[in-house]
Amino acid sequence: MTEQVRLSDGTLVRPLLDVADLTVHFHRRTGLFGSHREIVQAVSGVSLAIGHKETLGLVGESGCGKTTLARTVLRLVERTSGTVRFDGQDLHALAPAELRRMRRRIQIVFQDPYASLNPRLTIGAAIREGLTIHKLAEGAAADRRVRELLDEVGLSADAADGYPHEFSGGQRQRAGIARALAVEPELLVCDEPVSALDVSVQAQVLNLLMDLQARRGLSYLFISHDLAVVRHVAPRVAVMYLGRIVEEGPAEELYARPRHPYTQALLSAVPVPDPVSKRPRIVLPGDPPSPVNPPPGCPFHPRCQHPGKDAMCSEVRPELAERAPGLRAACHKG
Amino acid sequence: MSDPRDAPSSGATPGAGGAAPGAPLLEIADLRVTFATGDGVARAVDGVDLVVQAGETVGLVGESGCGKSVTALAVLRLVEHPGHIAHGSRVRFEGRDLLALADRDIRAVRGNHLALIFQEPATALNPVLTIGSQIAEVIRTHQHGSRAEAKRRAVEMLRTVGIPDAEQRADGYAHQLSGGMRQRVLIAIALACRPHLVIADEPTTALDVTIQAEILELLDGLQRQMGMAVLLITHNLGLVAERTRRVYVMYAGQLVEEAGTEALFSAPLHPYTQGLMAAVPRLDQLRERLAAIPGQVPPATAWPGGCRFHPRCPFAFDRCRAEMPPLLECGEGRKARCWLVEERASEHADARTSEPADERTHDGRRGSESRSL
Amino acid sequence: MSRLRGLWARFRARRVAVVGLVVVVLLAVAALGAPLFAPADPLAQPDPVALQNRPPSPEHPLGTDRFSRDVMSRLLYGARVSLGIGAAAALLAAVIGAGVGIAAGLGSPLVDQLLMRGVDVALALPRVFLLLLVLALWEGAPAGVVIVLLAVTGWFPTSRVVRALVRRLREAEFVQAARALGTGRWGLVRRHLLPHLAPTVIVAATLDVGNIILLESGLSYLGLGVRPPAPSWGNMILDGKDQLFGTPWVAAAPGLALLVTVVAFNLLGDGLQDALDPRRER
Repeated sequence: MTEQVRLSDGTLVRPLLDVADLTVHFHRRTGLFGSHREIVQAVSGVSLAIGHKETLGLVGESGCGKTTLARTVLRLVERTSGTVRFDGQDLHALAPAELRRMRRRIQIVFQDPYASLNPRLTIGAAIREGLTIHKLAEGAAADRRVRELLDEVGLSADAADGYPHEFSGGQRQRAGIARALAVEPELLVCDEPVSALDVSVQAQVLNLLMDLQARRGLSYLFISHDLAVVRHVAPRVAVMYLGRIVEEGPAEELYARPRHPYTQALLSAVPVPDPVSKRPRIVLPGDPPSPVNPPPGCPFHPRCQHPGKDAMCSEVRPELAERAPGLRAACHKG
Repeated sequence: MSDPRDAPSSGATPGAGGAAPGAPLLEIADLRVTFATGDGVARAVDGVDLVVQAGETVGLVGESGCGKSVTALAVLRLVEHPGHIAHGSRVRFEGRDLLALADRDIRAVRGNHLALIFQEPATALNPVLTIGSQIAEVIRTHQHGSRAEAKRRAVEMLRTVGIPDAEQRADGYAHQLSGGMRQRVLIAIALACRPHLVIADEPTTALDVTIQAEILELLDGLQRQMGMAVLLITHNLGLVAERTRRVYVMYAGQLVEEAGTEALFSAPLHPYTQGLMAAVPRLDQLRERLAAIPGQVPPATAWPGGCRFHPRCPFAFDRCRAEMPPLLECGEGRKARCWLVEERASEHADARTSEPADERTHDGRRGSESRSL
Repeated sequence: MSRLRGLWARFRARRVAVVGLVVVVLLAVAALGAPLFAPADPLAQPDPVALQNRPPSPEHPLGTDRFSRDVMSRLLYGARVSLGIGAAAALLAAVIGAGVGIAAGLGSPLVDQLLMRGVDVALALPRVFLLLLVLALWEGAPAGVVIVLLAVTGWFPTSRVVRALVRRLREAEFVQAARALGTGRWGLVRRHLLPHLAPTVIVAATLDVGNIILLESGLSYLGLGVRPPAPSWGNMILDGKDQLFGTPWVAAAPGLALLVTVVAFNLLGDGLQDALDPRRER
């Protein structure tokens, strides 16, 4: 369990969210008549911590386990082992009534603005649900609260009577944020909140999230595959690959001098809107491996382009070790 | 090594086809596509003029709803009811107007000299046919050879696009492949007959960024090898900056800016282009706040009067609301659909008649700082 | 509200569906208003000799049967029976089917397997046979029992469809969002699942009504459903079957009524299905 977390400016704080050695493995039956059993190792031994009013960015590509991690943090998915402590309490050990109370404090914003709102509920009803469940407001008071929330996210008051399909992607996303804010959470897990939006709308929603953080003192676990977006919102970043964190640290250092070969490849692959810059590009061969069959040793070794890659990489799994103040990477060679 | 983004200096290139030397490979003139919807007529593409020279890579940038995908479909005459390509639209490819061809003739062009790569690799492949047969189908349609010959070429194509165990994979199915692999197969299908022009519509949007890099490197290499031209359609400014030589920017069914890539990124002229660049978070620049473009794209059934961008434009003035600007020349092969261009030009003219100093103050400055006139 | 209007517009677009709706409404009105519309008491046998087997006439628009009972009145009261039993049984079957489907869809894999394999077994048993067996052994079963029997033997297909839907919805992001807000199982079902299930269940129930009416008529025809002298279309056909050429109206009236009713319900159900097609809702 992390006692304290060091923020990017060097100060130590007690974490709001403390994930320790979290593992989430699923059993899956495939093949004809479900004869073939396999284990999907979605998340393996992940530890991270987020302080009050802090944003931690989590980057990774598809199959790295970041969505499973997000859902396990909210206990929408059960853990296999490890702890998820929020304000000191292990979420996965709570009884239903306590869990329900705790749910107020951590909320989630999903990626797909089309799927995350019930198409049969008006926006107002969707936002009101949280107020009703936690008995925060009823009747006219609830209506007023809904209007306030809509205003806060930049939607007009009469949006409350509309159905999701009447709105654009950006507006639906705002509605989803309003719904999450209704219960007054302290931590917001944002699972690819802007990935499905157009560039100009993306900027609007990102600005909104930043404003909300400043105004309400929220913490964010900001998950995205878009490194530029994460760089914009998160002073601390963790990189995930095949269910594990392979590098984590202050964004400035991590983006400028990445230590892990995967982070290096990832950063080099992002196209930058500058036609003149010629950056060295590291092209990774092959596909990301499936979490069903992670390779032995370092999970990244089959695709790693590091010149010093050797037998140790394929046999011994590297642990996260400090390479620079506050920056840790899991690599034998980095 | 030559940069594939450049058009070749001589007119003739391998695979340039029937166009006269120096004439563009693809020339779209006044393309208009409408859709009849329940809410009225949607003018999805409203007067687009676009040129692609043999062997060059050209970008078409825009967000969703701007009409760029419909443009791609229109070129290949794949627009179906309730869509309708208006009379007066011209799509000249290698000297022939594709819109005027008989069905049989246009089918001979599709997949053969002109290929299209779609966005969604998951749905663009037929799940019940083998990979190999889908590639072979294209080959046999256009280059009547034997089945065995087509199969052999298909396997060769799979190898060319970097799919390991090509022989086995050819007998496999789409669902056995990952997203990146499927996109490679789509590229294989598109390139099987060595087209002269490939239109790639968001070819990597559905893919992870590391896979995206791989696929684009592959496309680059193949383009160099085969001397193809590429029309790259995307909303990703980074892709455009790195991979294209010229760019068209599209908004609300129209082209709003046209420039060489370097020129566009160093000094975007149209407020929409400027807005896009300011709104994108960048790895190489950290900004406090993203300058978001206010409002949202209007529906295609109700484009605003005057300049279509005026409701969202920070510089809009009376003329913008009243009159739609045409694509105005801005020198050096650049064009922008903005009245500010005229304003600047007249200020230039005034400045030149008065004092020669400070001419450059009115040009747009680099990227996001460009806000003054 | 706009959704209902859109629904109505889609429904109205298919004319046969509207015809079905109109007929069903007329039937409902006729059945409910039987005491008003019936020219006579359906059980009354005013003149077993003189008024026996009379062809249609102004006093007896559909003639009389061999007991001098007015066929039209019997038809209308019989409509009450058929529609009443049909609607009640279909409704009950829908409720049971949906309930089991939701339980299986939301429950653990074990519960799901148990319930669904149970349904599989039940589907293997022939419905008609079961009904015949029970009713043959239970002399004079009241209408309520018939309703329950019909429902209990007919909920299986609904449960399967509902279970499949629930399983799919379970993974939907808006359901996850609701769970994240703290919505309990009941809240999930009530607010998020039922609105999505309602169209499917309604369509299934509507289509089922026609089937149940036929079943009930069949049972009555065999003497196992509604017992004479109470009128049911089934036992009216039984009464008239021996005199098809002599007094055709006795059997033809209920026969035609059955035909029209079943077709109407099917048209209505189809129309509802098209109108409620979730793919159109976006």
